[in-house]
Amino acid sequence: MPQAKDPVLRHPKDPSALLDIIRDVQAAAGHVSDQDIGRIAAHLKLAEAEVRGAVTFYHFFSLTPRGRSAVYLNDSITSRMAGRTAVARAFEEEAGCRFGEVSADGAIGLFPTSCIGMNDQEPSAIVDGVVFTALTPDKARALVRGLRAGTPARDLVAARGDGANQSDLVRSMVVNNIRRRGAVLFGAHETGAALRRAVSMTPKQVIDEVKRSGLLGRGGAGFPTGLKWEFCRREKAAQRYVVCNGDEGEPGTFKDRVILTELPRLLFEGLAVAGYAVGASTGILYLRSEYAYLRDHLEEVLAGLRRDGLLGPKAAGSASFDFDIVIKSGAGAYVCGEESALLESAEGKRGEPRDRPPFPVSVGYRDMPTTVNNIETLATAARILEEGAAWFKAMGTVQSAGTKLLSVSGDCSRPGVYEVEYGLTLADLLEMAGGTGAQAVQVGGPSGACVAPAGFGRRICFSDLATGGSVIVFGPGRDLFEVVGNFLEFFIEESCGWCVPCRAGNVLLRKKFEKIARGLASAEDLREIEEWGRLIKSTSRCGLGQTSPNPVLTTLKSFPELYQARLRKGAAHGSEFDLAAAVRDGCAAAGREPECKESLHD
Amino acid sequence: MTEIRFTVDGRPCLAKPGQTIVEAAKANGVYIPVLCHYEGLKPAGSCRICTVRVAGRYMAACTQPVTEGMAVENTAPDLEDMRKSLIEMLFVEGNHFCPACEKSGNCELQALGYRYRMLAPRFPYLWPVRTVDAGTPLVLLDRNRCVQCLRCVRGVRAKDGRKIFASVRRGPRVAIEIDHKLAAKLTEEEARRAMDLCPVGAILRKETGFVRPIGRRKFDHTPIGADVEKGIGR
Amino acid sequence: MSKPVIATASLAGCFGCHMSFLDIDERILPLVELVEFNKSPIDDIKKFSKPVDVGLIEGGCCNSENVHVLRDFRKNCKVLVSVGECAIMGGLPALRNSIPLRECLEEAYLNAPTVDPAERIIPNDEELPIILDKVYPCHEIVKIDHFLPGCPPSADLIWEALNALIEGRPLHLTYDLIKFD
Repeated sequence: MPQAKDPVLRHPKDPSALLDIIRDVQAAAGHVSDQDIGRIAAHLKLAEAEVRGAVTFYHFFSLTPRGRSAVYLNDSITSRMAGRTAVARAFEEEAGCRFGEVSADGAIGLFPTSCIGMNDQEPSAIVDGVVFTALTPDKARALVRGLRAGTPARDLVAARGDGANQSDLVRSMVVNNIRRRGAVLFGAHETGAALRRAVSMTPKQVIDEVKRSGLLGRGGAGFPTGLKWEFCRREKAAQRYVVCNGDEGEPGTFKDRVILTELPRLLFEGLAVAGYAVGASTGILYLRSEYAYLRDHLEEVLAGLRRDGLLGPKAAGSASFDFDIVIKSGAGAYVCGEESALLESAEGKRGEPRDRPPFPVSVGYRDMPTTVNNIETLATAARILEEGAAWFKAMGTVQSAGTKLLSVSGDCSRPGVYEVEYGLTLADLLEMAGGTGAQAVQVGGPSGACVAPAGFGRRICFSDLATGGSVIVFGPGRDLFEVVGNFLEFFIEESCGWCVPCRAGNVLLRKKFEKIARGLASAEDLREIEEWGRLIKSTSRCGLGQTSPNPVLTTLKSFPELYQARLRKGAAHGSEFDLAAAVRDGCAAAGREPECKESLHD
Repeated sequence: MTEIRFTVDGRPCLAKPGQTIVEAAKANGVYIPVLCHYEGLKPAGSCRICTVRVAGRYMAACTQPVTEGMAVENTAPDLEDMRKSLIEMLFVEGNHFCPACEKSGNCELQALGYRYRMLAPRFPYLWPVRTVDAGTPLVLLDRNRCVQCLRCVRGVRAKDGRKIFASVRRGPRVAIEIDHKLAAKLTEEEARRAMDLCPVGAILRKETGFVRPIGRRKFDHTPIGADVEKGIGR
Repeated sequence: MSKPVIATASLAGCFGCHMSFLDIDERILPLVELVEFNKSPIDDIKKFSKPVDVGLIEGGCCNSENVHVLRDFRKNCKVLVSVGECAIMGGLPALRNSIPLRECLEEAYLNAPTVDPAERIIPNDEELPIILDKVYPCHEIVKIDHFLPGCPPSADLIWEALNALIEGRPLHLTYDLIKFD
């Protein structure tokens, strides 16, 4: 059937297929043309404007051509620290276009992108879906030359990384950098043991076991996992869903990527345990687009689990637990890590968060009760079922049981993934990672906190330094203003734009921050930036806006002296107005010399 | 049906189960300022101007259902200043030239500015570059004035249920797009509804404007919310 | 005791706010008793000759001269007031703010159908003030103490504000006094 090849027509006439169709069209043609928009709209009976809305929401979709090969160079702060600027210049010189453009011959498109989960091997880029790590200017040039000569990106990978990265299904140069193996995630385990034990219990017993373990969500928010499952199970519904949040987008975190690479069986088993506990027959892994290179590997693991009887009808030898897992892909949007935005995206829509209540446990995927759990949470839950709640609770602290997988990057000699027990001090972690002497540590990514040396005695746990796993070390020479500026830019770029404080407030916050950074601010500006930050936190609709001012607020608190040092001396009213700059265009247009005495300020 | 007891600024109020704070407050003669909210449309919680405080937590009153015993703070000075900030943010985020706008005097954003005695926004003007779409027969879409309340997205649909207005892009670049093919079939009545739904002057019925003279417009003498406070909403 | 001193200026405005000021009608008589005018287009005094108590600014800043005048006012006035939408947010002149300056100038002086083909030139006389990249509200250049919105602000608002400032009491702004058009 010739239709089966058509990237539009081969999909069902169901609006939830919208993102899958767009993805296929984008992959086939390098962009989504007006004509494609019309065909997609007709196929799904949507307005063309709505289709355009979905295309333009996601970073990896485009209405205009992105080049035969599209280079997405990571723009996170660790990438910059590792030499991104020189690499970016090399890309531009070799490609013959600037970032944000496509070369004149249409061969190469260059685009910046938010953190792609490779912080321990920066600078990194995604090229036609293939990850390139530890780039140098020379490697960047060679890459562009290869692509221009028509070599597929996949064949330009020189050496494969370690572990499953070497497998023929992944064939990636990414390395795992597993530096410390703890007892939970990296402890010896037997595939199937957790699920078999779960299905031998009642769902209520499974939930109770998880509740007893004290497992709190590993994504950052720390909601009790057993309770979430219980809420979902309690809802009366014809259908329930369990969803794994694989949208690891917080800059600086990459530990879920390692779980997906090395421990996918454990993860899927955890998802099946969750499915059994809440009474779902379908599990969904929402995989961020940046990790699409792992998809074939993950599909093969799922096929293996089906062959082994751990997925499918009467899973794990149960009497009546029918359960399977599907993978849904994102398309480049940090906000989709927010669980309700993730569900919108999984339903094929713009990844805009929903209002809560109702919470997903009541009204979730396709309006059915749904649990959304982080990758690490589910893998940990599987281990809890395998070893028992008491075993798990014996690790960590009283309130923060078990272990945490940390992604450590930045100025340290041993960046990578560390499985540590909760309660570890930051100082001990820095010692392990070779990051002693740090000027500051960013715990929890941009949405977390910037900790000064005085706080290195603080502990990684839910009651002190709660984190989804991102730990970025800043050595003595780093400019924290550059760090904060990069983080603010990230939030502006990734805001969905739905609510006013996040959409407009973050732009204003950055403007104010830049004024301070440029040395034009008065003490009044410091008071205002703090007030504006609190306003955005208090009134934003979802977690993105509610944490987006943290880079400013936490550095203001930890490093007040840095801000004080930038103030304009003796200025009561800090005006940013710069007459010399303001007359530049007018002089140029009229061919006049600016008045020599146009001073910067009064 | 049993009624839910709650308070607004200490004043005892009653709500029906499922009512949002904004609806229930209105039924009790209490005005909570709203901009994106429009009766009969699914709440969007986009403008956040209805932010209230309950037990120290901030929430959008237009989306939050009332629960038994809820103590809502509505007029605390710091809360009112937050709302004023959000209104001011909208004024600097777009290009709002009130003196030249057809909606002036009937504009809900402007009316909120009046109610909150906004004299000059505390934020710097951003002067975004935005476009005007006059490419459909009946409706003019001026994005300079758009506040992304999403009323048009939620409330205007073609006969087969398709959306006529949709959001495109994201973050500060998010914008409303009008579907040209579907909008070409809009009836006079539907075009007027789109214009009436729009709280500002972003959606206009072409060839009309400045119908009511200064002095007789909706908010010339009557503050927004006064109808609720007079108990008309009860 | 000497009378409070007032100064006024119209920057990038249309003089409408000054006209509205004169709309105080018969109250102009007590006004003359109440205050003394210094630099202002109303009395045509060009230079500050003494410290001023209240400066009223109409219009935003669209060129370098506006900036110099505004800064001069800030230096010479104890209290500075932005009067009207142009002073507060740029007003109609700021409609050009989302268009690149060069495009504006080329449209006005080179490409417009009414331009004499022999006279196609972007004005460049050294005596002319230099146009700014955009129109700025006054408070983005100097500190402004009070704002009187409106296009123009009503005579009642200006009168109330002036009296309050002279008496040193807070402005009493009723609903009817605050309008943005």
